[in-house]
Amino acid sequence: MSAGMAIEVLSLPKQVIIPISQHIGAPATPVVAKGDKVLVGQVIAKSSGFVSANIHSSVSGTVASLDAVLDSTGYKRPAVTITVEGDEWLPEIDRSADLKTDINLSAEEIIAKVNEAGIVGLGGATFPSHVKLSIPKGKKADVLIINGVECEPYLTSDHRLMLEKADELMVGILILKKALGVERALIGIENNKPDAISHLQKVAAKYKGIEVYALKVKYPQGGEKQLIKALINREVPSGGLPIDVGTVVHNVGTAFAVYEAVQKNKPLIERVVTVTGKNLPKTANYMVRIGTPISHLIESVGGLPEDTGKVVNGGPMMGKSLNTTDAPVTKGTSGVIAFPEKESMRSEVKPACIRCGKCVSVCPMGLEPYLLNRLSQRKMFENLENERALDCMECGSCSYVCPANLPLLDYIRLGKAEVNAIIRARKN
Amino acid sequence: MNKLLAVSPSPHVHSGESTKRLMFNVVLALVPALAVTLFYFGVGALVVTAVAIVSCLLFEFLIQKYLLKVKPSVTDGSAILTGLLLAFNLPSNLPWWIVVIGALVAIGIGKMSFGGLGNNPFNPALVGRVFLLISFPVQMTSWPLPVESRMSYIDAVTGATPLAIVKEGLSKGTSMSQLAEQIPSHMQLFMGTMGGSLGEIAAFALLIGFVWLLFTKVITWHIPVSIMSTIFVFTGILWLINPEANADPIFHLLTGGVMLGAIYMATDYVTSPMHPKGMWVFGVGIGVLTVLIRVWGAYPEGVSFAILIMNAFVPLINRYMKPKRFGEEVKRNG
Repeated sequence: MSAGMAIEVLSLPKQVIIPISQHIGAPATPVVAKGDKVLVGQVIAKSSGFVSANIHSSVSGTVASLDAVLDSTGYKRPAVTITVEGDEWLPEIDRSADLKTDINLSAEEIIAKVNEAGIVGLGGATFPSHVKLSIPKGKKADVLIINGVECEPYLTSDHRLMLEKADELMVGILILKKALGVERALIGIENNKPDAISHLQKVAAKYKGIEVYALKVKYPQGGEKQLIKALINREVPSGGLPIDVGTVVHNVGTAFAVYEAVQKNKPLIERVVTVTGKNLPKTANYMVRIGTPISHLIESVGGLPEDTGKVVNGGPMMGKSLNTTDAPVTKGTSGVIAFPEKESMRSEVKPACIRCGKCVSVCPMGLEPYLLNRLSQRKMFENLENERALDCMECGSCSYVCPANLPLLDYIRLGKAEVNAIIRARKN
Repeated sequence: MNKLLAVSPSPHVHSGESTKRLMFNVVLALVPALAVTLFYFGVGALVVTAVAIVSCLLFEFLIQKYLLKVKPSVTDGSAILTGLLLAFNLPSNLPWWIVVIGALVAIGIGKMSFGGLGNNPFNPALVGRVFLLISFPVQMTSWPLPVESRMSYIDAVTGATPLAIVKEGLSKGTSMSQLAEQIPSHMQLFMGTMGGSLGEIAAFALLIGFVWLLFTKVITWHIPVSIMSTIFVFTGILWLINPEANADPIFHLLTGGVMLGAIYMATDYVTSPMHPKGMWVFGVGIGVLTVLIRVWGAYPEGVSFAILIMNAFVPLINRYMKPKRFGEEVKRNG
């Protein structure tokens, strides 16, 4: 719906709320106090470990509070609230639109820069990018994979980025290649985006060692493991990481952020967010400062229609429904979707599994959701572990196809939590 | 923004697929075969089908409402389908009260005693059919002749089915070439001009329904194809060894409810395996058992028994025939 909408820069809100934990790993430690003046790009919370990420101010203004606020997860979590005053940037950030193609930094310097800039996986997983670039001893990557699949339907932020920032993206990929020491980079795009495929193919020809591949449209093609399988036919072993099969996967949004960090000195303070929904007055792709309240995005498209029943942060299959639109955009927010009332409620659950096997045939991990559902309901968690419940990536395909409308994924999630607890107990 | 928003775990969208839609697509797939059977068996076919469907619906409703005391779910389409399939497995001159007994056994014992839809280990329609076959062997093996009996019900002109003719003849030492005049040609079998149960006669109509089921993705091809290919290969080998003592494989495929069983009965979701690998084991098992019963057993046909026997193995098959887990084998050929 929003694929044809060019990326617009969203106006600044009056206030931003920047959670100190927007990534997988340890929350960052705040380094500002109430009343401090901050500039755009200034570090406001420092990374507190290897798997953690710096948090920067996305606006200039005064720190209003360091209290916990309701974020998109529905929990109150510590965040830095900043009252916006003007738009003053740190002087070292290059804000020009010029394309800088020369890469002057060494691999170590690039990784340090990515770490410094607080870049995390922008596809939605928000895993700190510098960790993925630091290949553990004894492992080796021979190919870099760039995810241009757009993890979920409805979302178009990556699509727009590929169309509008192709050159920057390519330089970002060259930088990632240099950091990893690999020769080849493959970009995978689903073939429902022919414009992005042909455009990137044209642009990629100018750069060395970047190939663009069209992939079958098949949710969840944008899942890391599925993408690796589709592009280079390697299967990441159960419980393993892509590096175990010699590859590293980064999202196109991440590659663009890496370009800006390394070539322009710009930390991760904004990202592209799709705003869409059937009954919204208009749909849009916005370049949004991190911390902008989601309500500000919604007002920019004309406000929520009367019959809105649910607002989702992320995609329709894996996104989280918000209990308040005051929650801020974070590094992992790829989209905001408003659902009309009648699509917001679960429809009635039919009494029985008719054992049609559709969940088994759609599971991208080769699991048997009907069985996991049953084992979880009966609290047979040991069996659940043996049936590889932890391989489930919660893509939602099983619940989506179930003709009896069973909440398969709900029970599988529940079971996974129990299995994880059992495993932790075993280790202690 | 004071409005309350709904909060629920993902996914937030659904395919819109429903049990009801799946069931009605199967019913729709059976419409061509129903038309053919009404053409050949006329009044009798109409009475048997109507009685079977109405009594299945009624028994499901009554048992759910008064015995199980749950909200009746007769509108999900599964009882209609059971009734239709039961009728398709009966001769068109079967007295109506026997049909009612069949429906009671199918729904009451075959389905509801196990807990209703989704829990029954055996195909309910086949449970009903086999119960009737054993309890009323005479009525259940008198087969009205097509066309001739169009305007009659109980008093229809009957004759033996092609398979019974072959079984009877071969057991008396008659050779296939001597029997050739008595049995219909392949073309007649394909078009349904033969004696038999309501739904087993017209292979072409059943195949049209098969295409519809594949097109609407209600079933996959695995079970029907594995059953038919097994029967074809097994009877083909026997026929090649001695064409005088064995019917040819095409004859076997077109008679005795192979098409009906393979496409509509064996593919019943509840009583068939969940995964294609298991479906192959299931299908091959049905094929082999069918041929064993036909060639060496007491009954001229054998699809119903073969399916019921393999139904019993489904839990075991599901346990050992797992889908290939992602990441099970690490390939390095990029």
